[in-house]
Amino acid sequence: MIAVAKSKGAGSGSTATPTKPESLWDDVWYALRQNKAAMISLAFIVVLAIVAFVTAIAPGILPYDPYEQDLTQSFLAPSSAHWFGTDQNGRDMLCRILIGTQISLTVGISAVAISLTVGVALGAVAGYKGGRVDTVIMRCMDIMLAVPSILLAIAFMAALGRGIDKAVIAIGLVSIPEYARIVRSQILAVKESDYVAAARVIGDSDATIIFRHILPNVMPSIIVRATLGISSAILDCAALGFLGLGVQPPAAEWGDMLGRGRNYIFTAPHAMLFPGLAITLTVLAFNLLGDGIRDALDPKSRRR
Amino acid sequence: MSDEVLLDVRHLTKSFVADTNFFGKPTSFVQAVDDVSFQIRRGEAFGLVGESGCGKSTIGKMLVGLLTPTSGRIIFEGRDLTAMDERERRTLCTDIQLIFQDPYASLNPRMTVGDIVAEPIRTNRILPPDQVDARVDELFERVGLASYMRNRYPHEFSGGQRQRVGIARALAVNPKLIVCDEPVSALDVSVQAQVLNLLDDLKDQLGLTYLFIAHGLNVVKHVSDRVGVMYLGKLMEVAGKRDLYHEPLCPYTQALLSAIPSVDPKTRRKRIILEGDVPSPIDPPPGCRFVNRCFAREGVCEVAAPDLYEELPGHWCACHRYNAVPEERIVAVSHDLLEQAAQPTFGRTAAPGTLGYKGLA
Repeated sequence: MIAVAKSKGAGSGSTATPTKPESLWDDVWYALRQNKAAMISLAFIVVLAIVAFVTAIAPGILPYDPYEQDLTQSFLAPSSAHWFGTDQNGRDMLCRILIGTQISLTVGISAVAISLTVGVALGAVAGYKGGRVDTVIMRCMDIMLAVPSILLAIAFMAALGRGIDKAVIAIGLVSIPEYARIVRSQILAVKESDYVAAARVIGDSDATIIFRHILPNVMPSIIVRATLGISSAILDCAALGFLGLGVQPPAAEWGDMLGRGRNYIFTAPHAMLFPGLAITLTVLAFNLLGDGIRDALDPKSRRR
Repeated sequence: MSDEVLLDVRHLTKSFVADTNFFGKPTSFVQAVDDVSFQIRRGEAFGLVGESGCGKSTIGKMLVGLLTPTSGRIIFEGRDLTAMDERERRTLCTDIQLIFQDPYASLNPRMTVGDIVAEPIRTNRILPPDQVDARVDELFERVGLASYMRNRYPHEFSGGQRQRVGIARALAVNPKLIVCDEPVSALDVSVQAQVLNLLDDLKDQLGLTYLFIAHGLNVVKHVSDRVGVMYLGKLMEVAGKRDLYHEPLCPYTQALLSAIPSVDPKTRRKRIILEGDVPSPIDPPPGCRFVNRCFAREGVCEVAAPDLYEELPGHWCACHRYNAVPEERIVAVSHDLLEQAAQPTFGRTAAPGTLGYKGLA
């Protein structure tokens, strides 16, 4: 996949554009389709989503029960019966990884949704309004940034209690300042531009200026940050799980599995390898897709 | 051009805070625009020229509501813009529009040019939604763009084409007054003429009124009926184009005009070469703003700022030199000034330091 990433835009030689796309999103989709790395990543994410959906509505489709323990079967090496081997409790790793997709995707996407919504709103208001509003909002963000995020998440978890939903809220809250800062700095640059002045001259309201003229020009960095955020949220969730604060056993969560497999790295490396691969590939896919979307959204890098 | 006054600017002043003390209290100000008054008649093109930083663009921005004047009044069709609240002011954006200097920065890179031109129509609900497309096509045609280009993005256009898009956007709301803020200074010389001709044609076709801001007198010459010359926030001279170009009264205007290169090598040209630099606009001293560079200064120039006074019919000038000079002698006085200060640049270069005040004593 990395090799593919380097050959990004391999199809750029073809300038034959049959028809001019009409809307911006048609245009973006058209540009994104030229980017092989992004398309492979997107396909991978779609597969993950399908797996998560299918295992959620029909867990019976899996050949083994991902939660049933059988200690006589523990630490079996990968074989035709257990493709990814089994863990210390004799559960099939493949089934656990597949069912773990649900948790990772849910945590990643919903945590980012929380921090994105709140962070973009706060950053946009701070950047656009400026003055005292800006100072108050950004100093609050600075206070949150002063505390290490995992510590803050642990504090939130301690206050909210355990559980996957609480983990999502905690992870979402701690990354709000990052979004607020990115959005604010971008808005500070964009709001002084002539086209924003032009929008004011033609009588646009503040809301129209923010949503039509400023935010679309800030979008690329938000999108890239959000896709990176999904991966870091997955990692944060794993860290919380490792500390016994996130998901509770026997739930199958990749980070939790990785943490437990760590103890047996010399005797049964597969117990750590496969959850780690699942996290790596998922994170990589989100990052490459984010890069692809950023390039596609930038009209200047778009081919005609 | 009618005699009806469309825009009446009275004692307009804008100062920006240049420095503040520890507690955020302003301690010094930049006088960007200082007590400027002029009138623009309906159907007229009023040129405003001056060097960078003389406040001409600040005036333009105050007219379209991007900046709020510190004091003074802007009266448009009998209504005082400075007394309006924001909501009321916003409704006037269909009357006064702005063409920006930089066509690369003034178009939103994420909107198609069609949307950019359609936006003011939609925002101000000038036409029902089903007629917007036809209107955009018409505007495109008017500014010399093909309507099939409307789905393209600004970066796909050249500078001249983008400026045409900017002009179409300004025209979309059927404005009465268009402030052209150095609309050609970012363009190639060959394209400048095209855009200037377009603006001229549009003025005739649509009965527009222009405030044409530029930093060179030669650009303004093509489009303006009357011209105002600014220096360091002050209006120095206002006159009809012919008067200003042939009989400039203010020493600053005389120097500016002498700097326009001639295409005819046989013309014997004299140049007034000014010494020194434009002083800082922060906390300017009393007296005439031009005093430290003026070749015709007198003692009074350093103490009192001259008022803009109608020296000849329709020809206003702010200069102490014409105080108490009878009207029939004014032209003669200005010729004397010019004669004494100007040095022929034909065949030799003027030695700096030999000009100016000393030579006039």
